[in-house]
Amino acid sequence: MAAYRSAAGFQRVLHAVKVIKTCKKMGIKTVAVHSDVDSSAVHVKMADEAVCVGPAPTNKSYLNMDAIMNAIKQTGAQAVHPGYGFLSENKEFAKRLAAEGVSFIGPDTHAIQAMGDKIESKLIAKAAKVNTIPGYDGVVKDAEEAVKIAGEIGYPVMIKASAGGGGKGMRIAWNDEETREGFRFSSQEAASSFGDDRLLIEKFIDNPRHIEIQVLADKHGNALWLNERECSIQRRNQKVVEEAPSTFLDPDTRRAMGEQAVSLAKAVKYSSAGTVEFLVDSKKNFYFLEMNTRLQVEHPITECITGLDLVQQMIRIAMGYKLQHKQSDIPINGWAIESRVYAEDPYKSFGLPSIGRLSQYQEPLDLHNVRVDSGIEEGSDISIYYDPMISKLVTYGKTREEALKKMEEALDNYVIRGVTHNIPLLREIIVHPRFVSGDISTKFLPEVYPDGFKGHMLTAGERRELLATAAALYVAAQLRSQKFLGDLRVSVVPAESRQWELCVELDKGLHMLGVSRSGNNYTVEIDGEKVEVSGEWNLASALLPLTINGKHRTLQCLLRTAAGEITLQYLGTSFKLRVLSKLAASLSKHMPEKVPEDTSSILRSPMPGSVVAVSVKPGDNVAEGQEICVIEAMKMQNSMTAAKAAKVKSVHCKAGDTVGEGDLLVELE
Amino acid sequence: MVDISTDYIYQVRLTTHISAVIGSLTHALFTNRVNARGYSVNHPSVQERIEKKRQAALTGGGQLRIAAQHKRGKLTARERLELLLDPDSFVEYDMFVEHRCSDFGMEADHNKYPGDSVVTGQGRINGRLVYVFSQDFTVFGGSLSGAHAQKICKIMDQAMMVGAPVIGLNDSGGARIQEGVESLAGYADIFLRNVMSSGVVPQISLIMGPCAGGAVYSPALTDFTFMVKDTSYLFITGPDVVKSVTNEDVSQEELGGAKTHTTVSGVAHRAFENDVDALLNLRDFFNFLPLSNKDPAPVTECHDPRDRLVPGLDTVVPFESTKAYDMLDIVHGVLDEREFFEIMPNYAKNIVVGFARMNGRTVGIVGNQPKVASGCLDINSSVKGARFVRFCDAFNIPIITFVDVPGFLPGTAQEYGGIIRHGAKLLYAFAEATVPKITVITRKAYGGAYDVMSSKHLRGDVNYAWPSAEVAVMGAKGAVQIIFRGKENQAEAEAEYVEKFANPFPAAVRGFVDDIIQPSTTRKRICRDLEVLASKKQTNPWKKHANIPL
Repeated sequence: MAAYRSAAGFQRVLHAVKVIKTCKKMGIKTVAVHSDVDSSAVHVKMADEAVCVGPAPTNKSYLNMDAIMNAIKQTGAQAVHPGYGFLSENKEFAKRLAAEGVSFIGPDTHAIQAMGDKIESKLIAKAAKVNTIPGYDGVVKDAEEAVKIAGEIGYPVMIKASAGGGGKGMRIAWNDEETREGFRFSSQEAASSFGDDRLLIEKFIDNPRHIEIQVLADKHGNALWLNERECSIQRRNQKVVEEAPSTFLDPDTRRAMGEQAVSLAKAVKYSSAGTVEFLVDSKKNFYFLEMNTRLQVEHPITECITGLDLVQQMIRIAMGYKLQHKQSDIPINGWAIESRVYAEDPYKSFGLPSIGRLSQYQEPLDLHNVRVDSGIEEGSDISIYYDPMISKLVTYGKTREEALKKMEEALDNYVIRGVTHNIPLLREIIVHPRFVSGDISTKFLPEVYPDGFKGHMLTAGERRELLATAAALYVAAQLRSQKFLGDLRVSVVPAESRQWELCVELDKGLHMLGVSRSGNNYTVEIDGEKVEVSGEWNLASALLPLTINGKHRTLQCLLRTAAGEITLQYLGTSFKLRVLSKLAASLSKHMPEKVPEDTSSILRSPMPGSVVAVSVKPGDNVAEGQEICVIEAMKMQNSMTAAKAAKVKSVHCKAGDTVGEGDLLVELE
Repeated sequence: MVDISTDYIYQVRLTTHISAVIGSLTHALFTNRVNARGYSVNHPSVQERIEKKRQAALTGGGQLRIAAQHKRGKLTARERLELLLDPDSFVEYDMFVEHRCSDFGMEADHNKYPGDSVVTGQGRINGRLVYVFSQDFTVFGGSLSGAHAQKICKIMDQAMMVGAPVIGLNDSGGARIQEGVESLAGYADIFLRNVMSSGVVPQISLIMGPCAGGAVYSPALTDFTFMVKDTSYLFITGPDVVKSVTNEDVSQEELGGAKTHTTVSGVAHRAFENDVDALLNLRDFFNFLPLSNKDPAPVTECHDPRDRLVPGLDTVVPFESTKAYDMLDIVHGVLDEREFFEIMPNYAKNIVVGFARMNGRTVGIVGNQPKVASGCLDINSSVKGARFVRFCDAFNIPIITFVDVPGFLPGTAQEYGGIIRHGAKLLYAFAEATVPKITVITRKAYGGAYDVMSSKHLRGDVNYAWPSAEVAVMGAKGAVQIIFRGKENQAEAEAEYVEKFANPFPAAVRGFVDDIIQPSTTRKRICRDLEVLASKKQTNPWKKHANIPL
């Protein structure tokens, strides 16, 4: 390994951590590069050396080639692992590294260039006899040309950034107007994310699956396919839950896809790890989508079922070694599921970014067959500057059922406080009958939740479990509040009680409960049914590992106030309850209803971000659904529209402002 | 001071005692006479009359007025006590007291209500003794008669003798105008007791309706004033008088509502959503307080490990010293179960104060808030901090101070407003306090503000610095401009200054901080120190009373 004294893992934290771990195993010293806001991040602490390459905005740090080249020279790094995103697929960067004699752990410039450009890659794929989607093989000049081409291909069409990836700068259009709007948004997003606003258009295959093949190729013309990953569960074209293998592929289709992927890799003289993405329709026809010339976020599930360390393989390949394995050596052992845990609010469009400080954070690592790849820790800040990914949570099992069960358990035992996260959505997806049966497509989320995600819907039995847990917590807290220690001048006369009559409010419904307790066992009577709650926990525990009527359940208490409010995370979703004594509940009926704010005449920012444009001024008349302003967060542009036709009363933001979640943007009359 | 109050109480006891004796004597004569004349068969027996009066007392102003009270979103005086106190723990006093006014037709039977317009007594909150009064708006609008005041005074006197807190639930239209000076005398009697009790037993006021005119001074004299949003008001003169005197148009809510007093005036310490919410929170709050100045701060059962490390604290202070962060992240991190009862959360937000527990023991938290006005000290934050520190000191509650202060706020508004005199209050309070004092400098401790914030020099028991601490006379830029005035190479000088002073060493080598600690160990260290300091004894020189710069 002497040839690789050190490798600079420049990447946002999460990915760098993984690379550093593998390097350590291989005896390679590492240098982390980071932006100033990441200076205390996990990868910086783990690496042998660290260099700051600039301030928070990515174009000044992680995309700042000069700064990164300087960091390489300064530390004498001999190789660079770019991770994924940022400069990982930037041919210019690869060229500059080559000029300095620094190895780029990844494919060579030629392959990056060929596959990085959607138009060129499609032409190469066609030539390599890979199935491709019908579309327009060229750069679209303007919105009007886009409309013309869309008409020729036939709606629906997909408009996407030529340089793009990861769903950014991608829009689907069903008619001319949407094509114009999509063109505008995509080119803006493409320009800000990739610095390249070229767009292309192709036929949109409705209701497809997204299945990708992992390939590995060396510098000696050998290539392998490491089976598929099913990545159909997506929101806004970004993956949420992935698994390997796919329930949908039969061995023949798998082989056909694998062989086409390998022939494409060979056609571009590919070396390193890469991913060939396909769309697969319901008849198992598959079409080439794009090839990612980097390590994918979801690579761990392939590692789980094949037993290979892909980062290690990439480093070996970059060092010029031949592949160790033959195609027949590549197994499918068991099943692996990956959930992408994001700091985002799943109740808004299946996930709008949220920010905050992780006040408490605990990964479910004491569970067997659970792997968490994360780059954060308790106290980390989730800022508006980067992707809001918290971690990749991977579970493994001998069977799919086992892996799914493990995922349920892992999600229930994952403690994330201080930022809104998408565990409620992940937890629902993995137990949804359609998902469990394997009946999925890229439209899974909008189809299953046509009115948006609303959280877990409780059955009567689950409702009782939830109510009983809240009641047990309330009683435990009440009893503790009477326990005063030490010598007391005036004696304490605790209110003697073995029985509690409580009223618990959940979703505006009131439930009368009777609770009795012995030790840590609570018996709760709800509507004539008895619920037994027991377990080893106390009021300070982040996790409540309970046995409820003999069933094992892990809940989390997110909030408990003096006024009886208790928020519990149960089956992934957080439920707000209010527990009151019978007396307090009966007196509560006299309490005045507070009038909620009229939300139709007030536009608030649904997430933290920056204002890109404001399209109205006071006095303007707006139609319902008309765009009022555009907010950009985590590189996603969101058009904010009027909830009703009205006159604009006041505007509280201007282009360039930074806004927080819930900040007032515009008031209507 | 002690002598005076004992004398005073003795007198009161005597008077009460005499009037009670006279009462029972006349009562006895009266009953005898009734029996002697032998027409008790047709008249209600004493037993029945007691029952009738009791019932009358329980219904206060009657069902119609109770319904009206409910309609306003307010509970009745008795419902409030029932909710505030443990079940079946309330022991009522003076249920049969009636007002003594005989003018303006007040002497008529239908104008007499047993108990008059206030319910008084003692009871338990989570098993601990408390004296309470609850004004009854359904009886003459809760107005204060001589009898009403006398009832309140009685329980206040007893609370002092026993050594237990007093909670007042205020809901009163003001003085009983029919009684004239009698009513005013009643107020003064209460004020005097508020002052005598101050620093002896905790006094809490919860404003649950109107409280206007002279009446406001009782809550103002107590330790804590809480309000109920939308249904409570505190003002010296109402909107009508304001209009006629100053020609200002102002609504009741704007003039003296919960929002005004918790954000603008600083009169109230916190506001709650409604009666139920307020009373449940008050129960919670009560658990933080000792019963009197003779008792140590309470210790409750604690489940949060005392030696828990808080890894998040190692990264909470940003590298750039000009960048803000939330002091509450630190405060929540170190406390038991992140539970913090913040006092005045919306007033003078550049300082954070409130109650919490560490290893089960009540502590008072004071912290500069870098997120608001860089955490500087100004008039309002000094006064807010000072009053809180003095309460903690009076009631044996250890004070934990988190320091990140760039100094006092400059400007004419502050100087003209008397920042010198008000800032001195906080300095005075910290210096005077003899309870355990633990200080953690998280970042800046500049200038005079460093001295003020519970520094070693003011008898801090344990003073820690985090590695990010900078104890200096001022920030590097300002210092360099003075030290190297007119010299070139200011940048170089600045770097030298930063190297010398922007770290904890200058303070640590002089013993002005006892140790430089890893932030994640802060909870562990404080819990251990509190254990040791629990037996701390320190006294100030004898004096009649000190002379804090008011």
